[in-house]
Amino acid sequence: MESSTPQLASRQPLSEGSEWTFELLDRYDHEIGLAAAHFGLDTYPRQIEVITSEQMIDAYASVGMPVGYHHWSYGKGFLSTQKSYQRGQMGLAYEIVINSSPCIAYLMEENTMTMQALVIAHAAYGHNSFFKGNYLFRTWTDAEGILDYLVFARNFIAECEQRHGEEAVEAMLDSCHALMNYGVDRYKRPAKLSMAKEQLRRIEREDYLQSQVNDLWRTLPTRQAGGQDRQTSRFPAEPQENLLYFIEKNAPRLEPWQREVVRITRKIAQYFYPQRQTQVMNEGWATFWHYTLLNHLYDAGKLTDGFMIEFLQSHTNVVFQPPFYSRGYSGINPYALGFSMFQDLRRICEQPTDEDRRWFPELAHSDWRASLDFAMRNFKDESFIAQYLSPKLIRDLKLFAVVDDDTQEKLEISAIHDDAGYQAVRQRLAEQYNLGNREPNIQVYNVDVYGDRTLTLRHYMHERRPLGDSTDEMLRHIARLWGYSVQIESVDQDGVARTVGRCEV
Amino acid sequence: MSQLVDRRLSGKNRSAVNRQRFLRRFKQQIRKAVTEAVSSRDVSDLNRGEKISIPAKDLTEPIFHHGSGGRRNIVHPGNREFVKGDQADRPDSGSGSGGGGSASEDAEGEDDFVFELSREEFMQYFFQDLALPDMVKKQLAAVPEVTRTRAGFVSQGNPSNLHVVRSMKQAIGRRMAMSSSPREALREAEAALAELETQGLAASEDAEALREEIARLKARIAAVPFIDTWDLRYANRIDQPTPSSQAAMFCLMDVSGSMDENRKNIAKRFFMLLYLFLTKSYERIELVFIRHHTVAKEVEEQDFFASRESGGTVVSSALVLMRDIIRERYPTANWNIYAAQASDGDNWENDSPRCRELLMQDILPLTQYFAYVEIEAEQPQSLWREYTQVKAASRRFAMQRLLTLEDIYPVFRQLFQKKVA
Repeated sequence: MESSTPQLASRQPLSEGSEWTFELLDRYDHEIGLAAAHFGLDTYPRQIEVITSEQMIDAYASVGMPVGYHHWSYGKGFLSTQKSYQRGQMGLAYEIVINSSPCIAYLMEENTMTMQALVIAHAAYGHNSFFKGNYLFRTWTDAEGILDYLVFARNFIAECEQRHGEEAVEAMLDSCHALMNYGVDRYKRPAKLSMAKEQLRRIEREDYLQSQVNDLWRTLPTRQAGGQDRQTSRFPAEPQENLLYFIEKNAPRLEPWQREVVRITRKIAQYFYPQRQTQVMNEGWATFWHYTLLNHLYDAGKLTDGFMIEFLQSHTNVVFQPPFYSRGYSGINPYALGFSMFQDLRRICEQPTDEDRRWFPELAHSDWRASLDFAMRNFKDESFIAQYLSPKLIRDLKLFAVVDDDTQEKLEISAIHDDAGYQAVRQRLAEQYNLGNREPNIQVYNVDVYGDRTLTLRHYMHERRPLGDSTDEMLRHIARLWGYSVQIESVDQDGVARTVGRCEV
Repeated sequence: MSQLVDRRLSGKNRSAVNRQRFLRRFKQQIRKAVTEAVSSRDVSDLNRGEKISIPAKDLTEPIFHHGSGGRRNIVHPGNREFVKGDQADRPDSGSGSGGGGSASEDAEGEDDFVFELSREEFMQYFFQDLALPDMVKKQLAAVPEVTRTRAGFVSQGNPSNLHVVRSMKQAIGRRMAMSSSPREALREAEAALAELETQGLAASEDAEALREEIARLKARIAAVPFIDTWDLRYANRIDQPTPSSQAAMFCLMDVSGSMDENRKNIAKRFFMLLYLFLTKSYERIELVFIRHHTVAKEVEEQDFFASRESGGTVVSSALVLMRDIIRERYPTANWNIYAAQASDGDNWENDSPRCRELLMQDILPLTQYFAYVEIEAEQPQSLWREYTQVKAASRRFAMQRLLTLEDIYPVFRQLFQKKVA
């Protein structure tokens, strides 16, 4: 390996050959950091950890949580990731980056220097700046507190296993995991997480909650005043979308430790919620920046041609979008869509066409860095696509919309990449990334307070789409948490409710 | 500047606990898979892990999701010929679902979930049904035994291995080496002093200087330590595989019509367990498979468990064949003979006394151990009665009626106790 003297660093490559060393990692990181500063990327402090492939698989299996409690599903994740890794099916191991401060990015020791540099640029600068800048992450997650909170969660769950047995805790976690997607507040802002506070407040909360719950089921004394009202008023008064929250606060038969477990899974679900809403943007942003940063270094003469060829090859694999008719097609590749959109955004700022001027008058000839930064900070997938998907990109990707209506015999093409279709395609695609449309909209509707305490959920149907075949199993999980019978009703467009599932306890 | 951390050495095997949780949760399925694996394995093939596959639908973690039906409006890339308003047939797989990467969720369900059990884990499941005492399990699952043998001396070791004689020898050598030059100087100085004294110059300045020199040298010799850490020697011990000899294991099985699959599976476990016991004591084991109905035949393992014939049963035919094979190929001077016989207890009435005679006179004197099991037999028949007499007469003979897998181990109890002792 040849190394250059500091004086000539600006005109000589940082290294040749594919071996990496810690000194080299340091120098690449330094150069990438300079480039990132040049483009004005604002990041959390970075911590880059070199790990083995086994540790990487482990990180994958525990959904990227650096400290996780024990659960069989993570063992399953480990086995299946290991299998696909050993078969060589796994693409690039550069996804894992922890939204924490300092932001932790992992490098796998088996990778070449090129790949390490790619990961540093992608994760430690790209994702990192997204975590720090995007409004969803700023609102919903607390990068400073998350590691502490995970340690608290792990210790608490381990303690529960000691006290109540592994089976009991596992059953709780199974049910909570099933409901994780329904454990997020979509609109309310959460309190910051921190271990010290959690520890202090836990016991207090347990006692208080238990008394509250009991109060809810208190029988006679206050009853006289209500009159008939009681028959017609519902509990909760308004439907609630956060099922886990409702259960944590109201399920009559949970023990204090069980409530805490519900709370932990709820908090973790909330922590990951922004990631689920910004997949396209987040990956697109990170991919755009590793591409831009490394090209910048190459232009400055710091990277070899061999480096660039290896880099471009893996970059191209990542942003490849197979067409719908190919065998490998499994929906739209978020890397491809996100990367293309940010690239296109830059193009619109730098070299707008007449069409772009019509569609994005405020972007044409603006400072591309400021415009991209604004887009990164203030949108999520749904709104980002609705705002920025350009006609040119729709043409490039040959996007078209298909209506699949079970009352029609055939599929109908509702819009394609032409003048008449741009708006519709853009609209459709944006809706496709609306989590509210992707997941069934299920809310807590009523509890039979004066009867058998049956919990009634309501599924508000979207475009007549019914619930899938997992509903019965899901109701069993909910009934386990609630402690009494649970039923679910589907409500169609006309507001007519029909019971579609019931689990008796 | 970023913080670089090398984590490669920390947190190894962090997911081991989760793996255990996973195995525990699916122990029913895994046991089933192991049982199937055992029936497709060779008797001697127990020293490896196993690929286990579990139906993927058992492992799914449910979430609320949409079913098919209703109306969807989905954007796809790569349009070729469509224009607005075109009609197209539904593709076969699903209903063209595929919003943002979640399309594979529905299609994935078909495949089995496949993973590897390590050898230790496999053995655990194998032993589970057999009701083995824990100590036995441990011994069987352990890697081949080794003995610690002496192998010279080393300069590092723990205090209990300190070799005193060696260490003292070393100390003597070191003391000699370290004190040799002052001794020589001392000798010279003493000689010079004696010379001066004979010349009557004992009180001279030179003599005084020599005396000082002598005192200094003596002090220096005395300062050489009697023993030093450098001298210490420790007895070295290394692991050596236990010296082992060879064994021949005979598997005898009745393959008449009444031996069905289930009985054969039990028999197979029985053979496997004996084989495992033997692998602990012998380095080389040859397997001989003899199946019989009215006539006996030596066969390959595949045929041994696969074949099924109808007709009567003459057990003695197998014993005769075994005796002949021993005489021909396995001289007892070089081979330890073990035999395991499995049958459902049927035998031609007049043949059973002959079996007893064959065993008592010809076979038992040649074998280390002969184990007989009767699998799911209804009533003890003539063979059982005759064998009971054999058992009373010989310590090398064991017999047992098997109804479940748990009954297998007692057959070997005696054999195993002998090994422990």
